[in-house]
Amino acid sequence: MEFSLLDPFLWETVIQGLLFGGVLALLSLGLNIIFGVIDVVWICYAELIMLGMYTIYFLYTDFGVPLPLAFLAGILVVAVLGALLHHLVIRPILHTEPINQLLVTGGVLFFLQGLATMMFSVEFRNLGVSFGSVSVAEMYFPVSRIIAFSVSIVAVVALWLFLKKTYLGTAIRAISQDRDVMPLMGVSPRKIYLVTSALGGGLAGLGACLLVLLYDIHPAIGLTFGPITFMVCVLGGLGNMIGGFIAAFIFAEFIALGGFYAEVEWGYVLAFVFFIVMMFIRPQGILGSKS
Amino acid sequence: MDASTSRNLTILKGAGLAAILAFPLLGFSDYVLHIAISILLWGFVYTGWSVMGRFGLVSLGHGAFLGIGAYGTTMLWNLAGLTPWIGIPLSVLASAILGLLIGLPCFRFRITGHYFALVTLALTEVARLLIVALRDTTGGSLGVTPVGVVSPEDPVSLYALQFASKTVWFYIIVGVWLVGLLIWRAVDRSMMRYAMEAISQEEDAAASLGVHVTRTKLTVTVISAAMTAFGGAVYGQYQQYINPETVSGIAISLQIVFAVIAGGMFVQLGPTVGAVITLLLGEGLRLGFGHEFHGLDVTVYGLMLVLFIIYMPRGVLGKAVEVMAARGSRPGTPSPQPGE
Amino acid sequence: MLTLENVSAGYGTFQALFGVSLEVRAGEAVAVIGPNGAGKTSLLRVISKVIPLNGGHIAMEGQSLDSVPAHRVIELGIAHVPEHRRLFPRLTVEENLRMGAFINGARSRFDERLAFVYELFPRMKERRHQLAGTMSGGEQQMCAIGRGLMSGPKLLLLDEPSAGLAPVIVQQVFDLVRRIRQEGYTVLIVEQNIQQVLKVVDRAYLLEVGRIKMSGASQELLENDEVRRAYIGL
Repeated sequence: MEFSLLDPFLWETVIQGLLFGGVLALLSLGLNIIFGVIDVVWICYAELIMLGMYTIYFLYTDFGVPLPLAFLAGILVVAVLGALLHHLVIRPILHTEPINQLLVTGGVLFFLQGLATMMFSVEFRNLGVSFGSVSVAEMYFPVSRIIAFSVSIVAVVALWLFLKKTYLGTAIRAISQDRDVMPLMGVSPRKIYLVTSALGGGLAGLGACLLVLLYDIHPAIGLTFGPITFMVCVLGGLGNMIGGFIAAFIFAEFIALGGFYAEVEWGYVLAFVFFIVMMFIRPQGILGSKS
Repeated sequence: MDASTSRNLTILKGAGLAAILAFPLLGFSDYVLHIAISILLWGFVYTGWSVMGRFGLVSLGHGAFLGIGAYGTTMLWNLAGLTPWIGIPLSVLASAILGLLIGLPCFRFRITGHYFALVTLALTEVARLLIVALRDTTGGSLGVTPVGVVSPEDPVSLYALQFASKTVWFYIIVGVWLVGLLIWRAVDRSMMRYAMEAISQEEDAAASLGVHVTRTKLTVTVISAAMTAFGGAVYGQYQQYINPETVSGIAISLQIVFAVIAGGMFVQLGPTVGAVITLLLGEGLRLGFGHEFHGLDVTVYGLMLVLFIIYMPRGVLGKAVEVMAARGSRPGTPSPQPGE
Repeated sequence: MLTLENVSAGYGTFQALFGVSLEVRAGEAVAVIGPNGAGKTSLLRVISKVIPLNGGHIAMEGQSLDSVPAHRVIELGIAHVPEHRRLFPRLTVEENLRMGAFINGARSRFDERLAFVYELFPRMKERRHQLAGTMSGGEQQMCAIGRGLMSGPKLLLLDEPSAGLAPVIVQQVFDLVRRIRQEGYTVLIVEQNIQQVLKVVDRAYLLEVGRIKMSGASQELLENDEVRRAYIGL
């Protein structure tokens, strides 16, 4: 294929990548906050998103709940799941080797995936909501992607304001810097961890709202979005939300352009190889500081 | 260890091995034999993982090595007509080199813990996606079958390493598995173990003791990668079918880690016990509930893993050894090792 | 105001305090002095309930602290400025001060107390948007004390405020403690710099290997031969 900067399809691809980057940025947000604060990687993060998608799907299609309400319920359900995950699974082994906490959530990954398979079967389901597309200068963009992108940006800004401007947000940032001193501030670390887990879950739930508009739902969808989400977080510097934000767009462009010039898997291959190479150049992430 | 327990242990091992070797003669169905073969083959792969995993190098990327072994061997056979006798060593070599390539910078830059797990996770996903993306040659996500040369009339091809008889495969894989155990023990017995245990506790302290941290880590990584690739190659030859999901990607990589955790990574037979637990569980649930509850096995499996990590982080066999050691009924069992 | 009665405490199997009794009256400044490892820090930590109380009783203004969890102690009017200051290094000065006002009762008076802390430490106002970890040791100590004051405590626990600071700065820190006293705060201070601290407090306890060895007015201890020989090096 000939390379031309005037090619509208190329620009369409670049902008599509940008839109996808917004979604990835949102997906990485919850995982990043959990890691940054609790120092735990939820390997099952994408499976929480999957359950959120099913919640929204069934509420909307089977129970006729209006979409905005179904979205809200999806966010709440996943937020509760996040808190439960921390309380039941992470907290009992918080004092053991960190890698155990990562692995235990891997067990949860299988559990949730198996549970979803049993309850909902492997059938692919689609919400069947279409917003059509808009065309700008010969380029076409699905409205759902534009919505997803906008929501992501709003969510990122809202989270930033929450962490920067509120007492709870400040405490969430503070606890990752010095956990043991928190009680002297009148803060219960246990409570902050629970709130953070619910927040991380809520963000996963918000991710579910966006993904359900864009993709089919099936029990293994977590395996599609899980790895890329981890890569985005690590590339940005685990726990570094701004880094994750930038990394999301880098990854998305790799995937979009790889898909444009070859097939979409090649985009992923390129993105992951780029990730591995970057790990060797900047193991602390693109924005991490050398420790 | 005194002489009598040492002798008892030798007798126990001999009896165990004899029982295993006699197994195919007992007239079990091919299905039972298949389960036994799977247990031993995966036991070998899990042992390969634990060679590095037990020292705190928790790789979520062993699917990549497994995939290279399986696809390398099969592709060389299918596309170039190269016998597995050459194809397997080449694939194993490629996997060892990959282990070296990924390990060298990781250990140099001290990428450990979460980061190491996630970098290796990326690696296994690259392997899976490459296999899918190269669908014109690999068959993509539909998988691929090594071109068959054996038939009921001509059941053995040494050249193609294809055998129609499960009994033949059983003995081959018993051999593979035993070699795996020997490698495990060799690593355990060599100085490397002490060096690695020192490293897994405190790198700087180990370095100050004169342990060459990076080189020692690389050695176990290369051994582990090579063993895993070999297991993958044998799996492909035995199953006569591979696909990207079963020999690469995040799911199989996690499965390897979890089986080892379930069995126990700090004792020689732990990974094999892990294979017994996970395979029998899967088969048991499938037989007990049929396909009616598709996904039940994965659900129970996941739940078990969560419970294992919380309540029995040293695995079933590790726990058993610990309990026995505490009772003093088996002097000579290894003293509790670091890692918890 | 604060009474400790026969208090024992420790970490795991290690016991740091053996039957310590002491009292701090409202408006007083009291020092706990003693050598390294005497259990001074443990004493403050058990008052804050950061380490468990294994025996004895602690009460603040007649209210028992025995079963109060660590994060509720501050609500009873006890602010603890810990050893090594323990600021949040990647939060700004003002965010650190905000953390000091985290408890519900303190949030509504945040602006007022912030103005007070800035008046007390004008340097903190200049640096309010600077990351706490990038400041000098003396500035960090000001910030740590300021953070302690943000909850509007009745009693301030200070753990080794002069540790690790240059001699000139040490002098400033003790001047600071004097200022805080003048503002009407009750202070319980733990120090190794015995000569200096005895000049700013009313009374002192000498702690050795987890036990109170001696107590009295600060002038008395300053003139005590044993204290002079062992700790002041005269």
